[in-house]
Amino acid sequence: MSHTVLVVEDEPNIVLSLQFILRQAGFTVRVARDGEQALRAIADYIPDLVLLDIMLPKQDGFAVCEAIRANAACRNVKIIMLSAKSREADKERALALGADEFVTKPFSTRVLSKLVKEIVATRRTILPTK
Amino acid sequence: MSGGIVLTVSFLYLGLLFAIAQFVDLRAKKNRPLTRNPYIYTLSIAVFCTSWTFYGSVGLAATRGLDFLPIYLGPTFIFVLWSVIWVKIIRICKVHRITSIADFIASRYGKRAGLGGLVTIIAVVGTMPYISLQLKSIATSFRILVSSSEKALLHAPSEPIFFIDTTLIVAVALALFAILFGTRHIDASEHHEGLVAAIAFESVVKLVTFLAVGIFVTYGLFNGFTDLFARAAEKGLDPLFTVNSDSDYSLWMTMTVLSMAAIICLPRQFYITAVENPDESYLRKTTWLFPLYLLVINIFVLPIALAGRLSFDGTPADADMFMLTVPLYYNQGILALFAFVGGLSAATSMVIVAAIALSTMVCNDLIMPLLLRWKGLNINKNDDLTGLLLTIRRVSILLVLILGYAYYLIASESYSLVTIGLVSFAAAAQFAPAIIGGIFWKGASYSGAMTGLGLGFLVWLYTLLLPSFAQSGWLPISFIENGPWGITLLKPYTLFGMEGFDRLTHALFWSMLVNIGAYWSVSLMSQQTAIERIQGTLFVDVFGHTNDERDSRYWRGSATVADLQQLVGRFVGVQRVAQAFANFAADRDINLRKSQTADATMLDFAEKMLAGAIGSATARVMMGSVVKGEIVGLDEVYRILDETSQVIEYSHRLEQKSAELERATAQLRNANERLKELDSLKDHFLSMVSHELRTPLTSLRAFGEILVDNPEVSLEEREQFLNVIIKESTRLTRLIDQLLDLARMEAGQMDWSLDTVDMAAAIHEAMAALAGLLKENDVALNVQIPEALPTVRADRDQLIQVMINLVSNAIKFCNKANGKIDVVVAAGKDMLQVSVTDNGKGVPENMTERVFEKFHQSLDDSEDKPQGSGLGLAICREIVTFLGGKIWVVNKVGGGASFSFTVPRSDRLDMRLSAE
Repeated sequence: MSHTVLVVEDEPNIVLSLQFILRQAGFTVRVARDGEQALRAIADYIPDLVLLDIMLPKQDGFAVCEAIRANAACRNVKIIMLSAKSREADKERALALGADEFVTKPFSTRVLSKLVKEIVATRRTILPTK
Repeated sequence: MSGGIVLTVSFLYLGLLFAIAQFVDLRAKKNRPLTRNPYIYTLSIAVFCTSWTFYGSVGLAATRGLDFLPIYLGPTFIFVLWSVIWVKIIRICKVHRITSIADFIASRYGKRAGLGGLVTIIAVVGTMPYISLQLKSIATSFRILVSSSEKALLHAPSEPIFFIDTTLIVAVALALFAILFGTRHIDASEHHEGLVAAIAFESVVKLVTFLAVGIFVTYGLFNGFTDLFARAAEKGLDPLFTVNSDSDYSLWMTMTVLSMAAIICLPRQFYITAVENPDESYLRKTTWLFPLYLLVINIFVLPIALAGRLSFDGTPADADMFMLTVPLYYNQGILALFAFVGGLSAATSMVIVAAIALSTMVCNDLIMPLLLRWKGLNINKNDDLTGLLLTIRRVSILLVLILGYAYYLIASESYSLVTIGLVSFAAAAQFAPAIIGGIFWKGASYSGAMTGLGLGFLVWLYTLLLPSFAQSGWLPISFIENGPWGITLLKPYTLFGMEGFDRLTHALFWSMLVNIGAYWSVSLMSQQTAIERIQGTLFVDVFGHTNDERDSRYWRGSATVADLQQLVGRFVGVQRVAQAFANFAADRDINLRKSQTADATMLDFAEKMLAGAIGSATARVMMGSVVKGEIVGLDEVYRILDETSQVIEYSHRLEQKSAELERATAQLRNANERLKELDSLKDHFLSMVSHELRTPLTSLRAFGEILVDNPEVSLEEREQFLNVIIKESTRLTRLIDQLLDLARMEAGQMDWSLDTVDMAAAIHEAMAALAGLLKENDVALNVQIPEALPTVRADRDQLIQVMINLVSNAIKFCNKANGKIDVVVAAGKDMLQVSVTDNGKGVPENMTERVFEKFHQSLDDSEDKPQGSGLGLAICREIVTFLGGKIWVVNKVGGGASFSFTVPRSDRLDMRLSAE
């Protein structure tokens, strides 16, 4: 059974590229276009990993990350945050909120694909303290 | 009438006066004063009306008609129009316990004995003629009454009735009377209730007797005023009671001015009005009561004068004695006696008050300072000096009257009463500059007052007193006729060749010119000492200083209470001082111990009390002898005052500085806030630029790698991915173009090509560029442009850019199902207005301003992310603002946003430019 990755991203072309590389890597890909869609998707089906953009309509990536971590059912969901803002402050905030990794756009498809595989393979051991 | 009767009546009258004074004094001691009311006060001020008024006015009116009047106009002016000056003088006298006019002037100019002495000398010499006038009138009236024969009515007998001169007897009798009255106790600034009551009583007597004679003459001898004046006119006397065109106006002016000065500066008027004033508020009634008294006592002057002229027609009768000779002529002996008592009261009241006032001055301002200097006299030992003070005063009174008698002997035989009086007035007027200047001008100095007074007095001596001696034969008459040593320029009645004026005007002109001139110029040139400045301030600002006790806290000595009590006791009397100190302690609710060191208030109190007895100048010296060694750093005090004011000024400047600093700090804080805001804006801008650049780059890189890594992808996918790459590249290019445009516009480096632009053509061109996009999104465009649209002044390409931005925005946000966009143009007065309206959701109300900001993207209200850099509207605003228009957005009622902007019409713009 393949792992499922939820892509949360509002730029259609970026979604297109992510879908392509993730499917090639053998993942099942679901897509959400904004924060609310993302939370609805998670309530519906818990993915193994979420690729989460920060600049999103309606609810931004930080809020979605926080909501996932607050949900006990999502204890084992891994989160990789994506951002076109390369500010250190954003990276620290993302990690503090419980993201497993932080990737800056533009990213290398090869590196990202490899990173997703590695993260999915690890067991989550550290629960974020609220 | 026998001399015995007249003498008896005279002494009975004087005895009555004394009884009144005693009775009132006793009542006052039992705290039941009778004299404390404005009516008694006003009557006492009527001491102004002396024999001069009683006899002399009639005499003057008999020869010169209305010329007797100006002497009463002056005082009336002062009391009615300028009573403020009295309020001020009285307040000063009370605050500083002033005892006389000499004390007043000396105290104002630094409490120095020299000035007080000079004022005293001028006052004594100046009053001499005045007292001689009273003596003459009493003596003459006595003689007339005693030898009331037909002949005596015409010529006052000059041979003595008793074995010595009648006038001398009168002088000595009056001196004794004044001594009995005025020197019973020592503190001159305490009120002499009995004296004031007696003087007020005398004012009533002289008024009543004058009215009695007047009524007898007017209604007894004639049938009222009309009859009397008609009969006088028949005899050709009408010039006396009509105002003639050839009247000597300069003399009227002079007499009015003189009497204005005299009512303030005559020592006795100053004494009775200011020093003896029990209550400032009495002045309110006095301002009209006193002029009323003057009016009433003058009503019958002309009738009596005319009756005298009619009765003694053609004979050289002494007109000054009409008050007596007219009743005697008509055999009214009792009335004549009554009139004699009136004249006696007029004369005695003046002599008593003048003698007391002058003796106080002589004692305090002349003798005491000399005694203090004369080391041979052990005045600094602890003897009781009250007896010495009283003796000095009694001798002074006697001396003053003897001097008056001497002047009588020398000069007054040859003058009328009024002429003698005016000489005195002119002397008193010399004080006016020093007094009036002293209470209104802080800069007036001791040297100025000294010089002015001295010179004015010398001129008075030279132009009035010495000539009167010469005319009586005591100096060679050539002194008047040819000038001293034959120098005609120095002739005393026409000094420096000034002719054409009467003697009085002449003398007043020169003495006042010299007096005021020296007073003013020397004051300006000389340096004031510290105490002069302090006293000057205390006098001029008396209303401001009255209620605080800081006044004269320049004593910083360490005298004990016992020292002070002993010192003051020597001059005022031990028991009275003990009582006064006890009251002082009780008033302040403190417990006084003898060995206790006196504080500044205590020292001040002691000095004032001492000043009340011996004058301010002497008191200061005496205080200095007790508080010796540790005190009187007046210059130091003044320096401290100066420093205090400097400190105040300095701290004021500090306050200003600190206010300035606060303002500067606030400005800095604002600027800092603004900078922070700008910084965060810049931060935000860079972050947004980064985001907007990275987003298309992300797709470019991703698909580039995918295509490289996956040669096996289908052709279809390959084409799709390559199209993405092209689209994102275009997006990136446009973004960079817009960023550069915006940066250039904001920096003012844009190359604008302004021209007259046809708006319709520009819009059509923009719409043509958007045709593809419109069709792709299936949006209906409706353009309404009126015909004959005026041109605008704009950059054509940028105008098209604005239209493209607005319409492509509208395409993005309009209703997806049936998109519809209206472009409407309307011509306004100065502007063309263009509106672009879509049928989308509209702009949230709180965003209508923010949509025009850079990188504002409506992230929250669309399902799909809109394509755009977030710079389009910002650029539109830059362009429109530059062209001189405005841009804004409103929401339509049925939904949809309506963006509008204006551009100036080129025709209007040209007109405005040419108008400028």
